[in-house]
Amino acid sequence: MSDSTPTATPDRPEALPPQSSPVDPAVAGAVGKGPAHGSGGTGQLSWWRGDGGEGTRRNLGLIGVLVVLILIGIATRPDLYGDSSWVWNNILTILKLASVVGVVTVGMTFVIIGGGIDLSVGAIVALAGVWCTTLATQSYGAGGMIFTALVVGMCVGLVNGLLVSYGKLVPFIATLAMMVAARGLAAQISGKQTQVSDNAAINGIASTSLLGIPLLVYILAAVVAAGWVLLNRTTFGRRTVAVGGNPEAARLAGINVRRHTVLLYALSGLCCGIAAIMLTAQATSAQAAMANLYELDAIAAAIIGGTLLSGGRGTIVGSLLGVIIFSTITNLFAINGLSTEAQNMVKGGIIVAAVLVQQFQFRSFTQFLGRNRLTTG
Amino acid sequence: MTTHEAAADPAHTATGPLVEAPADAVPGEVVLRLTDVVKTFPGVRALDGVQLEVRAGEVHCLLGQNGAGKSTLIKVLAGVHRPDSGQVEWRGQPAEFANPQAAMRAGIATIYQELDLVEDLSVAENAFLGHEPRRAGFVRRGQMARRTRQILGRLGHGEIPPGRMVRALPAAGKQIVSMARALSHEARLIIMDEPSAVLAHDEVGNLFRIIRELTAQGIAVIYISHRMEEIREIGDRVTVLKDGRTTAANLPARDTPTRDLVARMTGRTIEYVFPDRPADSGTGAELLRVDGLTRSGEFADVSLGVRAGEIVGIAGLVGSGRSELLETIYGARRAHAGTIRMGGHALRPGSVGAAVRAGMGMAPEERKSQALLLGEPIYRNVTLATFGRYARLGFTDAGRERAEADRIADSLELRPRDVRRPVRTLSGGNQQKVVVGRWLLGDTRLLLLDEPTRGVDVGARAELYQVIRELAARGVGVLLVSSEVPEVLGLADRVLVMREGRMVREAPAGELDENTVLDLVMAGSLMEGAPA
Repeated sequence: MSDSTPTATPDRPEALPPQSSPVDPAVAGAVGKGPAHGSGGTGQLSWWRGDGGEGTRRNLGLIGVLVVLILIGIATRPDLYGDSSWVWNNILTILKLASVVGVVTVGMTFVIIGGGIDLSVGAIVALAGVWCTTLATQSYGAGGMIFTALVVGMCVGLVNGLLVSYGKLVPFIATLAMMVAARGLAAQISGKQTQVSDNAAINGIASTSLLGIPLLVYILAAVVAAGWVLLNRTTFGRRTVAVGGNPEAARLAGINVRRHTVLLYALSGLCCGIAAIMLTAQATSAQAAMANLYELDAIAAAIIGGTLLSGGRGTIVGSLLGVIIFSTITNLFAINGLSTEAQNMVKGGIIVAAVLVQQFQFRSFTQFLGRNRLTTG
Repeated sequence: MTTHEAAADPAHTATGPLVEAPADAVPGEVVLRLTDVVKTFPGVRALDGVQLEVRAGEVHCLLGQNGAGKSTLIKVLAGVHRPDSGQVEWRGQPAEFANPQAAMRAGIATIYQELDLVEDLSVAENAFLGHEPRRAGFVRRGQMARRTRQILGRLGHGEIPPGRMVRALPAAGKQIVSMARALSHEARLIIMDEPSAVLAHDEVGNLFRIIRELTAQGIAVIYISHRMEEIREIGDRVTVLKDGRTTAANLPARDTPTRDLVARMTGRTIEYVFPDRPADSGTGAELLRVDGLTRSGEFADVSLGVRAGEIVGIAGLVGSGRSELLETIYGARRAHAGTIRMGGHALRPGSVGAAVRAGMGMAPEERKSQALLLGEPIYRNVTLATFGRYARLGFTDAGRERAEADRIADSLELRPRDVRRPVRTLSGGNQQKVVVGRWLLGDTRLLLLDEPTRGVDVGARAELYQVIRELAARGVGVLLVSSEVPEVLGLADRVLVMREGRMVREAPAGELDENTVLDLVMAGSLMEGAPA
């Protein structure tokens, strides 16, 4: 490793060739704040400049937003926040609220990092929910229902992926078509009726708690943990970043870009299947109109979480924080007895603000590239 | 109008002058003068003291190899780049164009090599893009169409409907639209960057007729082409660029011997240092065998072989099919005919994965867009093709990857050395080391290098040459493409010359010299027709 370099000089800038010194303002700004970076030597980068540094900084910002939201809650309802058991229950309420969309967002984050978009997630949740609550499926018991939801979700995602990678459809169009078609199929299967789930085990998923924490929150935690490992510690995650960051480079490095794209959409579909079971359990029923506009919630959460819409960059933790910020806002309005209309306006504002901040950073990055472009002869 | 009549081509049938001559245009007057213009980009001095003098009514040819600075010079004139130092004098006044609009308003129109047309707008909308005739904020479509038709008619292409989408036009038609755009401004200087590259022979004749019309009106034309016979036919004076400097100015286009021009283009100011060739190169077993490889429109019937430990260089101009050939061998494009064998086994066509598994690696032409994940750390770029091998059960091994990347970084003397730094913070030369280093991991037996030293400064070049030679000494076969002839001659053991999609010469590097190769790559005349 680099630490073994005996001639490590304390001032890193000298080790850089002059043309590599411009650093984007985001990093430059952080240089001033970092307390212990100066003694790193040639081979060392402070933690915030290493692999995960930028994502970590961004996530700290999101936690800051979360803190502000909670402070607003304390300021507006000091009576409620004075009661510690209420505070604990409220946290669980927020997490429970975040659980279903959170699971969908994990899949969405993979698709977006991989350079795509999935507008059909809400429709897939509805289709998987309806399919697993038909009388025929319910007759197979809880296992059959769960299996059906997961398989239906994954298959629909697979079709999305095939359309995008082998049919060469623009992801927006392919999944928009799937969004319409899957809702249509869900309505067809259910006969536009609400299908009640009679399975106690399924319904129990929403009402059971372990150690005082709802099972739904455990499921969210498990999916987020699995997603984090998959993205950060596996070849699948590495391929995702490569395919989204520079598909041509990935292809020329021997990565099967098409196959990987199919897998990404299948993964998103699988997450939708999991979410379908959770949502069905919460409502003890399923219908074609369920999970309405989940695609927008999931995309918005991923974007707020720092996932680059053009692909190649994003974090699972950021997406999770994005979802939690949204449900905290919802909760904030609920405890203050405010209308959902006002709530939606604030949510819209937050999305715009997050994207503006991101664009600013992105622009400084592209300016950096522009300055360095070699235009010779 | 006497000058116009004198120069009129008999084939010209349009009535009236092509354009209204600028009222104050004086033929022979110097309209543009550049003195000591310098333009640097990080890591490269693209223009390093350019002198240029262009007179009204002349066709001034710019000659220079790839990388000589022609494109940068054009962009300075067109207001895309601003020079770091030096004077630009436009019609007797010092001028600095803040943006392309300013240059256009001043009367400088540029027709780029990659035509900058909006494909989904109509011919008329493209011709008047940005300065549409309008009244009260509404575009006067009728007037725009009428004026477009007028200009097209005078260009000899009245058959192009102003309402047609540009997308639907052939390459020559698009070029006419670009020209119409230049004329829709009252241009006094029109810059044409390799305008004939996309044209068939009879279309080039028409282009020349138009150029003569323009110059007869006192309009100056800067004409860039690699084709010597075009320069002879249409040019008045020639300025030669080399490594960002003017090496010869205002030579007579018709009588300057080709040898002299080529010498001015190649006269080295910087000596490249190439590693010595071992005596036994080219004696290894044959690794790659390509037979009759064809992709219509790009290259035809190419056969070649690369032996273990041998460096084979392909010399050719941009557009000669060399990059396409390399990508086809690598499986990134699918051949229409022919076979590719690695170590005697035929490769599955059109599969990069199969090529990589067979032991091929490629450093593509466009580093940033084709090879690198710029925001990702260096080590992940180095292991982009091999991270799967270090993984266990699908879990990546970051420690192992960093260790391998560290090893590569040491052997390539990567600077800065920290492999966790984002690759975008590296200079061009070090980025190229990352791309080449990627294939030093794993068991690459054949390395395909497309323009490995483009945008790489002189010092890093020598290091890269050394790395490539050392690879060959270890038994790796190297197939190298470069538009810099000295690089091919200095580095390769065997040289293939490619022109217009065909191999025209194969010889050991020692038997060729730069002028011979340049003559071969540039001899291509339009009379021979487009590549098959």
